[in-house]
Amino acid sequence: MSNIPSELRDDIPTFDDQQSSKGHGPIDWTGLTSMRTAKSALEIGTIVGLALAIFFGVEAILRWTDTPTYVFPKPMDVVGVLWDQFGPVFAHHLWVTMYEFLAGFAIGASIGLVLAALITQKPFAEKVIAPYILIMVVTPMIALVPFLRLKMGFGSWPLIIAVALASGPMVMLNSATGFRRTDLAKIALARSYGASTFQIFRKIRFPLALPMIIVGFMVGSIFGLLTAIGGEMVAPSEAGGLGERLVYYSSLARMNEFGAVIAIIAALGVGIYVLFYFIGKRWASWEA
Amino acid sequence: MVLMEAKLRVERASKIYAGKSGPVHALDDISLDVAEGELVTILGPSGCGKTTLLWAISGLHALTGGRITLDGTEVDGPRPQQTGMIFQDANLLPWRNLRQNIEFPFEIKRKPVDRARVDALLQQTGLTEFVHSMPRELSGGMQQRASIVRALAQNPEVLLLDEPFGALDAFTRDEMNLLLLRLWQESGQTIVFVTHNISEAIFLADRVVVLTPRPGRLAHIYDIELPRPRTIEMTFEPGFIELVQDMKRTVETGGPAVLEVE
Repeated sequence: MSNIPSELRDDIPTFDDQQSSKGHGPIDWTGLTSMRTAKSALEIGTIVGLALAIFFGVEAILRWTDTPTYVFPKPMDVVGVLWDQFGPVFAHHLWVTMYEFLAGFAIGASIGLVLAALITQKPFAEKVIAPYILIMVVTPMIALVPFLRLKMGFGSWPLIIAVALASGPMVMLNSATGFRRTDLAKIALARSYGASTFQIFRKIRFPLALPMIIVGFMVGSIFGLLTAIGGEMVAPSEAGGLGERLVYYSSLARMNEFGAVIAIIAALGVGIYVLFYFIGKRWASWEA
Repeated sequence: MVLMEAKLRVERASKIYAGKSGPVHALDDISLDVAEGELVTILGPSGCGKTTLLWAISGLHALTGGRITLDGTEVDGPRPQQTGMIFQDANLLPWRNLRQNIEFPFEIKRKPVDRARVDALLQQTGLTEFVHSMPRELSGGMQQRASIVRALAQNPEVLLLDEPFGALDAFTRDEMNLLLLRLWQESGQTIVFVTHNISEAIFLADRVVVLTPRPGRLAHIYDIELPRPRTIEMTFEPGFIELVQDMKRTVETGGPAVLEVE
């Protein structure tokens, strides 16, 4: 009986809830959508109003208490610095950080994703490799940057590698969880129409894993950004970067510039979150 | 039985699973012939190997003993050109809308979508206006209708149904049974229908095959003489109710002497 699909051979066909699509929802996109887009004018007004109140409230308190800039920068001054110096100074450093982050994440995430897809097909290999992935996930890769600097000099590569090492295992861990979900009934459906193993992967296993892959990308990219900026603070490249600027400005007590860099980093983080939020909404909303 | 070349033949089928707590004997020595164009229902309680038998017929599962032949050749794997399968709980892919779900088998077979056939089936099942809906937006009955369209769009010679309406309420179930009979009357496939609902088994069938649980053994095969087309009213008649009671006893006691089919 050579053509019997091997993955179905020895399982008693059951359709328990944990095997059907209802049962696996390790992530809940409704949690992410709790920050729904505001609808009424009242809602929008309240949200904008609160933000402005915080911004100008802090400004007013700092002016009223006559707090010096080296203790806490005034929001208006930070915005002014951001406006004046973004083009001449910050844009360059933003690009340096983005380059390290994007290159590292692209390398780490693709290796992590491919490894996860391969390894979950072989339970034995998974057992052997899992501890190392766990070690890589829990070890802060920032710690490696000074060592890599020593070995590789003052270019971007030490940071790219650190970002890849930080984000890759995160992507892999989550993707593997996704690929490990096997829905016997859906595989049987595809097999009954003569699907090949590759078709099963492309049309059943991958879409089934996609919500977890997206979660992995989101968590991995935030870890990657953290590592890029942390690495720049510890051992920057010649080109600098946002992390290098943080150390530089704080050492000179230039808190307006320091605040501006913080604002840029926060915007970067929010941008990553929003990007994956929309990717999740588009490609994984079926699981909500 | 009318002497006829069997479309589908199950010969002394046995199946033992290597379960975690010792071997599970699912099927024991089941023999059965199904003629071309016949509608046979397989009836039995949970755990009597009904699904196992159906999966073996579809080529998704190997038997431990015996063999299954379709058109005289042994089934040794899925036969997508001949066999169509309808699963429990509709089994739609949740990340695809209705149309994409229905087109899924065409994609797998790398065949152009038979638009005319799909549209006609959508019309007959009343799903035309829901083709862009996602499965979770639809009721259980609609999902199962979509899965029927998905299977029938392939124009299978043999249609295998695995407790397809088990999760539906009684009213939707009646409606689905009538729909199935109507579609079957038009296209004349050979149908093997697995169910644990006695009334449903009788209502649909030319013959009802009753299995006993653990291991699944053939208890009895009933010829159903009800005229076609069948109506829901027939299920209220005394003869029908007597038959239901008789089958219930057969399931419970292991039934009268096994009727050999040949």
